[in-house]
Amino acid sequence: MVDAIYGKKVGCTQVFRENGDAVYVTVVEAGPCVVVQVKDKDKDGYNSLQVGFDSISERKVNKPAGGVFSKNNITPKRYLKEIRVESFDREYKPGDSIDISIFKPGDKLKITGSSRGRGFSGVIKRHNFHRGKMSHGSHSHRIPGSVGMCATPSRIFKGKKMPGRLGGKKVTIPAAEVVDIIKDENLVLVKGSVPGSKGSMVYLRKI
Amino acid sequence: MNKIDKLENKYLKEDITGFKPGDRVRVSIKISEENKDRIQAFEGRVIKKQGSGINKTFTVRKISFNNIGVERTFLLHSPVIQSIERIDEGIVRRAKLYYLRGMVGKKAKVKIKK
Repeated sequence: MVDAIYGKKVGCTQVFRENGDAVYVTVVEAGPCVVVQVKDKDKDGYNSLQVGFDSISERKVNKPAGGVFSKNNITPKRYLKEIRVESFDREYKPGDSIDISIFKPGDKLKITGSSRGRGFSGVIKRHNFHRGKMSHGSHSHRIPGSVGMCATPSRIFKGKKMPGRLGGKKVTIPAAEVVDIIKDENLVLVKGSVPGSKGSMVYLRKI
Repeated sequence: MNKIDKLENKYLKEDITGFKPGDRVRVSIKISEENKDRIQAFEGRVIKKQGSGINKTFTVRKISFNNIGVERTFLLHSPVIQSIERIDEGIVRRAKLYYLRGMVGKKAKVKIKK
């Protein structure tokens, strides 16, 4: 059964439940994903669907990628991704589309995306260190402080928390609840936040 | 109109009676208990309106027993609010009536439009 889809983060807002609770939701525009290639266990070693998502103009794809789409009469897509499937419940062929009807309100989803890149960050932002005094003669404002001992061991331990690149990594939300689904606009409302900036791609998978 | 505005519009109420800071209002709130719903009223003066769209809130201040001020902030479009009834219209020169917080008795009064 196909229980996953690719989507694009639209933004965040809040909506009301029937009992009056206000819920913070992230709006994800998910699908429709068009099947480009079907991979099966006998031929490829595993079952999966190669899908395209997010239509773009023909001018924007290069010739090798364009050929994949034009072979199957599909409008060119920005992303070409795979959805792993344990076993097919029906036969899929190139051109079939997968939409958000696979989800319903109340489902729990695993959401994978790439977090926002923050560049080279200090230890306060990166590892939640505390800062030093900003005044009263203090010069240690946002510095990491001592990083180790003296002549013994005369080295810094591996894994010491230090400044460095932060964000821009693959992050998975373990169980986000589907609050609502708007079928005619392909919008999924999931409770809580989702990694990435607006417009970034996310992968929604039912648990 | 972007997708989020369109989505929020679905949740907005259309039949909201006009009221502004300084007005005295009675807010009917639905309270769900184990197996029945009941309506509770909260009456007081509106001291602020804030936010936009689905996030719009207003704060009502009332003086309870022993001159203790009680403030409640409501989401204007919340389905919990059954009705908002305007009792009188106050004459105020500010949008946020925080000055009422420090006043008791006669000083805490607001002029009323006749």
